[in-house]
Amino acid sequence: MRLDRTELWLLASGVVLALGVFVLPNWLTFLLTIAFAKGLVVQGVVVQMRAGLVSFGQGLYYCIGGYTVGMGGQWLGVHDAFVLLALSMVAAAVVAMVLGLLLTRYREIFFAMLTLAFSMILYGVLAKSQSLGSTDGFNVHGITALGWTPGSSGKMFVYVLTCGIAAVAAVFLHRLSKSSVGYVCEAIRENEVRVEYLGASPRWTLYSTYVLAAAVSALGGGLTGMATGHVDPEMAYWTTSGEFVFIALLGGIGHVAAPFVAASLFSTVRTYAIQFVPHSWQMILGFVLLGIIIFLPKGLWSLFKRTRKAEARV
Amino acid sequence: MTTLLAILVDGSIYASWLFLVAAGLTVIYGVMRILNMAHGSFYAIGAYSAASLVGWWFTGVGGNPYVSYLLLVGAALVSGLVVGLVVEFALLRRMYGKDEILMVIITYALLLILEDAVKLVWGVDPYFTYQPYSLMGRSTFGGLTFAIYDLGLVGVSLAIGISLWLILNKTHKGKLLRAVIHDREVAVAMGVNVKAMFAVTFAVGATLGALAGALTAPAISVSPGIGVEVIVLAFAVVVVGGMGSIGGAAAGAVLVGLTRAMAVHLAPELELFVIYSVMSLVLAVRPQGLFGRTLVRKI
Amino acid sequence: MSQTPILESRSLHRTFGAVVAAKDINVAIHAGEVVGVIGSNGAGKTTFINMVTGFLPPSAGEIMFNGRSILGLAPRKITRMGMARSFQVAQLFPELTVLDNMLVALSIAESPLPSFLRPLRTPERVEKAEATLKEFGVAAFRDHQVTAVPQGTRKLVDIAMALIANPKMLLLDEPTSGVAVEEKFPLMDSVMEVVRRHGVTVLFVEHDMEIVARYVSRILAFYAGEVIADGPPDQVLDDAKVRELVVGHGHGGHGRARRSS
Ligand SMILES: Nc1ncnc2c1ncn2[C@@H]1O[C@H](COP(=O)(O)OP(=O)(O)O)[C@@H](O)[C@H]1O
Ligand SMILES: [Mg+2]
Repeated sequence: MRLDRTELWLLASGVVLALGVFVLPNWLTFLLTIAFAKGLVVQGVVVQMRAGLVSFGQGLYYCIGGYTVGMGGQWLGVHDAFVLLALSMVAAAVVAMVLGLLLTRYREIFFAMLTLAFSMILYGVLAKSQSLGSTDGFNVHGITALGWTPGSSGKMFVYVLTCGIAAVAAVFLHRLSKSSVGYVCEAIRENEVRVEYLGASPRWTLYSTYVLAAAVSALGGGLTGMATGHVDPEMAYWTTSGEFVFIALLGGIGHVAAPFVAASLFSTVRTYAIQFVPHSWQMILGFVLLGIIIFLPKGLWSLFKRTRKAEARV
Repeated sequence: MTTLLAILVDGSIYASWLFLVAAGLTVIYGVMRILNMAHGSFYAIGAYSAASLVGWWFTGVGGNPYVSYLLLVGAALVSGLVVGLVVEFALLRRMYGKDEILMVIITYALLLILEDAVKLVWGVDPYFTYQPYSLMGRSTFGGLTFAIYDLGLVGVSLAIGISLWLILNKTHKGKLLRAVIHDREVAVAMGVNVKAMFAVTFAVGATLGALAGALTAPAISVSPGIGVEVIVLAFAVVVVGGMGSIGGAAAGAVLVGLTRAMAVHLAPELELFVIYSVMSLVLAVRPQGLFGRTLVRKI
Repeated sequence: MSQTPILESRSLHRTFGAVVAAKDINVAIHAGEVVGVIGSNGAGKTTFINMVTGFLPPSAGEIMFNGRSILGLAPRKITRMGMARSFQVAQLFPELTVLDNMLVALSIAESPLPSFLRPLRTPERVEKAEATLKEFGVAAFRDHQVTAVPQGTRKLVDIAMALIANPKMLLLDEPTSGVAVEEKFPLMDSVMEVVRRHGVTVLFVEHDMEIVARYVSRILAFYAGEVIADGPPDQVLDDAKVRELVVGHGHGGHGRARRSS
């Protein structure tokens, strides 16, 4: 497998960031861990946006990832980080395979609404589950890695792990964006009817993309659970998903690194905003979002403007 | 038997409330094709305006308690109209014609802004305005006790639903509005001032949202986050009934309301689960909602 | 003719509310034919193409492709069986370059389940796509975004994308509509040249009788959802009903008397 320049660059950044564990202050590595983990969830949103679908429920897989990691330790006695993350991805993929059957029949606001509804179903279930701590959630601890117990350096371990996973995922997603499926997704966004007429199944393409996005997002949830040592139903609440959409739009769909950069920016600004202007933080987000839409129309246009079936007269 | 009665009464009360919350949303979507995420904020603004005004009436003025009902409605009308018109004029007017999904994101941005605006104006401490609620007292029938205020909500909700239906179907302006809903281009060609229609519709929709908030305020503690909670419920109702249809919103409200009441009485841990499950189920079998029209695809 | 037709429709009907867009259409097209379809706007020409390619279900009737029923199949399945089409308004991927449009078409033609990891742009694909663009004389626009190329070029790219899958039959919906008058013949020349070389059976919709007369071996005349004439060009264009209902109603200058042979 030959790596192109972008891919080398992504891996190198991952290594450099991971090495930062020796020099960066703890608060910063923690901030970056959360940011990159969120970035992974956002990658899932972005992959779907490329295909023209806006998921307002990606928190579903973020939450599934987090809860799988937590429950794996609590109930299955699995503590190995790699096994737990693999389980997260599998759990998310299985759920996505089922929901995807239904969801891929919908586009635009219907897709957005239905994804939102599904994540709210999970929220509703978890918030009422006594054994899972209801709305308080529960704690995640005792993470090990291939037999090694990081103990007090657990946070640092999760940071390095997150950097590694983010870099590998970025390489993979970069490849995806240059692959046939990547282009077919763009083609679907721009003119689904034509894709069908070329002989491909838009639904199958969207389905596989949806499942893949779920698995990637679950990784983000799992890593977040390990980093914060806690999971709660809020992860599936729709405002969490809204945040992912926000970060996705902030970064744009042009480059695989964008979600990570945007998530870091987001987390940094939030840290300070919550400290200094606690009740204006969302307002800032709102204005930034409007700013992106109004002043960067090109980026967003290419995202959302596609040959509408209704307008395209054959 | 008592449980059944309780389910029916609770279900009706909850359904009326859902309809109040969803009516504005569906009116705006029906006419403007905007799925307005900020609708929850209008609800919150209505609730806060009402709570602070009524609170002032009781503690600051000590006026006639029955006037407080007028104040509730007045607060909603003023705050809803003002905020609705400002938002339409300052923001949405510039965005018409954009993709539906982009409009969702734009109104999401608006929601974020308004949520904090509410906190800046009213602070983060909860408001309690129980007086209009307790003033009406309770009544007992069939062995169950109900707050009369809640039952009053059913009446208000019915009245609003019927008025909306009459306006849309029996008045000249309403018929023009339906022309806009049916085919915008034809409506423009007929000389309908779509821009003005949009402004009025949005203001009306926002006011309905504010009214829902104001009427709910006496029954809850008005605190940050109520708008965010409400909007997804309103979505569920509107989606179930068919987006943009008043009758649909009513049907959706009844279905969701009764289902939830059933869950609350029979399996409380499923309360939230059932609401969104109903929504997903309806979408799965009838994507256009119970009363929605199918879109004609023409390529 | 004893041979199985490549495309056959039997008693096709289609209504849209009160509008009858197709009424008892019985057409059999044999391999190697070049069929022109004429008819005024709203006559049902596009509806016919939409039905035989699986986009619109007919209200009644049967459609056979190479002797097999294709009724109820999705467009992608019919495409994969070897029937491709182009569109009245070019249906491209506007944000992609001309080359990428071709590559997407080619990649799907190679495998309807596109790869997740293999890149779209492989040297072999690029070579083949470029060769096809050259055949149509539009290679110069290779790296232009579709929104930035002239209408005539878009129509050609649209057709090229249909042809790159090596179909057995090609349905062209108004290939020259929206193209400048002086470009119509050159466009049709390049299309027909490629089509002949690949031995593709062609059906195309056209309003300009001169173009129809120049290229086709047979004409179907549509009027109000019905085929009112079907036969060799001379015969159909001289038909009194066709002259009255179709040729006389052609838009603009396209209804001029055909060039006599
Ligand atoms: N999807 C559709 N919905 C409603 N009516 C349609 C649709 N498609 C075509 N029609 C109607 O069917 C008739 C035939 O249309 P069409 O096949 O597009 O004609 P042509 O291509 O010959 O100009 C017209 O009256 C048209 O309005
Ligand atoms: Mg046509």
